Amino acid sequence: MNETASVVVVGAGPAGICAAKALVAAGLRPVVIDEGLRAGGQIYRRPLVDDGRSATDLYGSEAAKATRLHREFDALLPSIDYRPQTLVWNIADNQLHLTANGVHQRIGFQNLILTTGATDRVLPFPGWTLPGVYTLGAAQTALKAQGCTIGKRVVFLGSGPLLYLVAWQYVKAGGDVAAVLDTAPFAAKLNLLSAIRFDPRLVLTGMSYAARLVRRGVKLHYNVRPTGVDGSQHVEGLNFKSGAKTHSIACDAVAYGFALRAETQLADLAGCPFRFDDRDRTWLPATDDAGRTSCKGIYLAGDGSGIAGADAAEISGELAALAVIQDSGMAADPRRMSVLAGARRRKAKLRDILEKAFPFPQNWFDQIPGATTLCRCEEITVSSVIDTVHGNDLRELNRLKALSRAGMGRCQGRMCSAAMAEILASTQKLKLPEIGRLRAQAPIKPLPLSLHEAGS
Amino acid sequence: MATHHSRPQFQRHFRRDDAHIPFTIDGTAYSGRRGDTVLVAIMSVTGQLRRSEFTSEPRAGFCLIGACQDCFVTLACGTRVRACTTPLEAHMAFTTRESGNE
Ligand code: FES
Repeated sequence: MNETASVVVVGAGPAGICAAKALVAAGLRPVVIDEGLRAGGQIYRRPLVDDGRSATDLYGSEAAKATRLHREFDALLPSIDYRPQTLVWNIADNQLHLTANGVHQRIGFQNLILTTGATDRVLPFPGWTLPGVYTLGAAQTALKAQGCTIGKRVVFLGSGPLLYLVAWQYVKAGGDVAAVLDTAPFAAKLNLLSAIRFDPRLVLTGMSYAARLVRRGVKLHYNVRPTGVDGSQHVEGLNFKSGAKTHSIACDAVAYGFALRAETQLADLAGCPFRFDDRDRTWLPATDDAGRTSCKGIYLAGDGSGIAGADAAEISGELAALAVIQDSGMAADPRRMSVLAGARRRKAKLRDILEKAFPFPQNWFDQIPGATTLCRCEEITVSSVIDTVHGNDLRELNRLKALSRAGMGRCQGRMCSAAMAEILASTQKLKLPEIGRLRAQAPIKPLPLSLHEAGS
Repeated sequence: MATHHSRPQFQRHFRRDDAHIPFTIDGTAYSGRRGDTVLVAIMSVTGQLRRSEFTSEPRAGFCLIGACQDCFVTLACGTRVRACTTPLEAHMAFTTRESGNE
């Protein structure tokens, strides 16, 4: 016998927590499913055990928010059905397929709020699979959740607000930051000035990280493209170009990334229609202002519906919950909804400006040698993907996946789909929306080998 | 090969004095700390987690949040665990001599 819940929230980051809170306030008892061990999501992730650090040590300028969300969620526990360490790996026929502790289970739902979050957006470069190269998010998680730095002497590389933030967090924790290498030109940062009116605190705190790093003697370079990593068993150094100049830095770790990419697999499996988003350079599930999809009973919130950050996730989480309440024929405060929708639009404008300040490196592949690994699961090179495109005159991403095997591995394209799309589009001189998108496949993450049906 | 005896990749800054949790890699005894994930425990004493399936390159995880699936390690009993999302338990015995891919 499968149970059916009136509302299920998938994810317990800022969006999921705020959704659950609004649902409980309306008298509902949502099931909240969380892949993590403790609620908070990636951004407000809590260490497995208390390690003596304060909220300010862990979350810096966002400590008050983190503490509030953790406290609010803990207070909700008696009023919700919380299921930590549980993976939703498929959605079919209004049922979620879950596993927890190797046990397989299904839950039916009338309403579903997906707050599936995001992962780092990465691009390949020579040496990116070597031990010591991690994503920016990984570098931050190692420190925040485990109190470790990813190496003794770390280079930070890429584009996005996280670049300077994590570099500063490493310096503060006593790590040795060898350099911060921004792939964007310095002039791009001037865009931040026009973002101040949308969120002065965020912008000024963000800008202060670069200033503080410089004061601590950390070298910043702009317009960077990495040319290779030294070392055969682990990172021993990083070579890069900054404009016309070539440099090399001794280091034993590299943290890099280019902002985030939305985790949209569950929305895809649920059958939600997608739209192409120019700013995020990817396909996203289409929603209205409140997070409604065109699938009845399915709502989206947080970065999984488009990258907008943690504050926006709180707003969109509450909005989606109010939409559920309204669509269920209960009273939802329309004024609150329009205030939230307005706030969400302002966050979206802020995000547009941040994207200009921390732009995606569009010409990345101009300097990437063909022998570079593109798909780290199946170990497929850039040149073999390009050869497959040419050899079959491919113009569609899923065909490229099928014929090249790139994107077919265990990560299901999470680490290579952005690169595959950029390569296919540029090789065939097509626009990104013209080459389609990789379809999600269940299970969206590898399942433990021995699965038992609950109750059997 | 015994490449896992190479230098530690991760550096601990907190929980250094927390309770030690014993584990082994290919029979060699190490200790992690209470509150470690498997990934942090192993990468704090060695330089890699595993070798890649096709080219046998060393790998050490990548995303640390359960997305890239780069960090699977094998227990002596044959079970594979995702190192970055699995809490370390006392007496876990890891083997780097994989029998097969799955
Ligand atoms: S390091 Fe990416 S899944 Fe574990």
